[in-house]
Amino acid sequence: MRMFRALALLPFLAMLIGPFFVNRATPTIFGLPFLLAWLVAWILLTAAIMAVIFRLDPANRDGSE
Amino acid sequence: MNGALVGIAAAALLALGLGFLARRGRQMGLEQWTVAGRSFGAPLVFLLMAGEIYTTFTFLGGSGFAYGKGGPTYYILCYAALAYVMSYFMLPPIWRFARDNHLYSQPDFFVRKYDSPALGLIVALVGIIALVPYLVLQFKGLGIIVEIAGYGALSSTAAVWIGAAVATAYVMVSGVRGSAWTAVAKDLMILFVVVFLGVYFPVHYYGGLGAMFAAIEHAKPGFTVLPSRGESVWWFASTVLLTALGFYMWPHSFGSIYTAKGARVIRLNAIFLPVYQLILLFVFFSGFAAILQVPGLTGTEIDLALLKLSVKAFDPWAVGAIGAAGVLTALVPGSMILMTTATLAANNLYRAFDRSATDARVLRIAKVLVPVVALVALYFTLQGGQTIVALLLMGYSFVTQLFPSLVLSLGRNRWITREGAAAGILAGVATVAAISLTHSTIGTLFPALPVEIKELNVGIIALAVNVVVLVVVSAAARFATARQGGLTRFVD
Repeated sequence: MRMFRALALLPFLAMLIGPFFVNRATPTIFGLPFLLAWLVAWILLTAAIMAVIFRLDPANRDGSE
Repeated sequence: MNGALVGIAAAALLALGLGFLARRGRQMGLEQWTVAGRSFGAPLVFLLMAGEIYTTFTFLGGSGFAYGKGGPTYYILCYAALAYVMSYFMLPPIWRFARDNHLYSQPDFFVRKYDSPALGLIVALVGIIALVPYLVLQFKGLGIIVEIAGYGALSSTAAVWIGAAVATAYVMVSGVRGSAWTAVAKDLMILFVVVFLGVYFPVHYYGGLGAMFAAIEHAKPGFTVLPSRGESVWWFASTVLLTALGFYMWPHSFGSIYTAKGARVIRLNAIFLPVYQLILLFVFFSGFAAILQVPGLTGTEIDLALLKLSVKAFDPWAVGAIGAAGVLTALVPGSMILMTTATLAANNLYRAFDRSATDARVLRIAKVLVPVVALVALYFTLQGGQTIVALLLMGYSFVTQLFPSLVLSLGRNRWITREGAAAGILAGVATVAAISLTHSTIGTLFPALPVEIKELNVGIIALAVNVVVLVVVSAAARFATARQGGLTRFVD
């Protein structure tokens, strides 16, 4: 039903738990240390996830407040 | 007056002019002044909510933290992103309740939800105590920026007085509209300046981002990731979580929710705000670039890294443009904080004792309080003392204590009583104060714990105390009322 909302948990896992596994400088990605690249990628993914939730959420249909 | 100072003065005049213009054609009632008549669409709400990102804390503190600490500075990127995710679910019910009940401020929300003016008084006091250091921080940053970017032509004391006068003037005239309009100018300027510096410094001094980070790792191995001790991964996770919870608990951020014209506006912004957060990357790049170029800054001097490198790299006119953008990052959030603090004092402290006061009277009092609040903050700014980051972290710990009783009031099935909410907030705030005054860490409080736990952000303790007291007192209050055989005292 509203299962799509569970997607919102992913950014929390990635940014709170993720660093325990990716706290390293190499390999670099686009010149960024790996940890920083991981966090940046997840911020972009966070925006994407919120866009998906926004589209699927019936609360955002036309005419709603 | 040198070229740099002309640019900075122009920024201050621009803020003043826009701030006054923002009022045009409006009758300034209390609802217009505090929440702009709940009329803002997505762009202005976006700018008010994003206002938190580009304050002097991020402009100077973010680059300074990257310069002085390295990897741990990444936490600033993450906490707001997580706060925006929560905002999608948490803010719409707050907005709806505020509109239906004509609320103006954060304490109003607690008063209505828990049907307790006394709780509103407590929340207002917590807000004011947290906001004053936040305002001091903006003023301090303003003084630093004008002094360095103006090549010492104007003392930081004079700069702070002028800045405070400008913000006070346009807030008194235009209220939150003044802050929103100046935020437009601020974000355009800072966006350009920050991106330019973040690209220019690494390329000019190192030949590129990859080369810059490689040079830093060569000079200081492990500096661009989290250290194994101190600001470790455990510190990182707990700090990101705590600050994310506290993000919307700032009274001025909470108030910006009310300005929205609809809940959809708020949900829409949850998509775009995380991306906007990435602009901070360029602030970090400037700080990292400074490490090998202007070495030797220690202690509170790390906040100067970005400006020192700018002075080294550019002509005075360009430094003036950077300083001008910096001045706006202090003025705009400063004006929001001024207005919010004055509103809290008038609407939630004064009104608590004069229940029959009309909105017009409360508005008059709030406006008179604006210069008073500014003077109080000026006093603490010129006193000196605490560093910028220490000030902000204490304020954050205070407002985060409002989170549990706020969230638990949103659901339909509510078992938290007003007594529990009040006791939890007070216990949490008292814990924060005790910890701050004694400079405790989890390590000094519980020496026997494993080292990973000791590195958790100490704010976790205050929040835990808060929740335990909240639950125990609520249960006790329910039990007591149940024995009296009445359920009428419970919140609906």
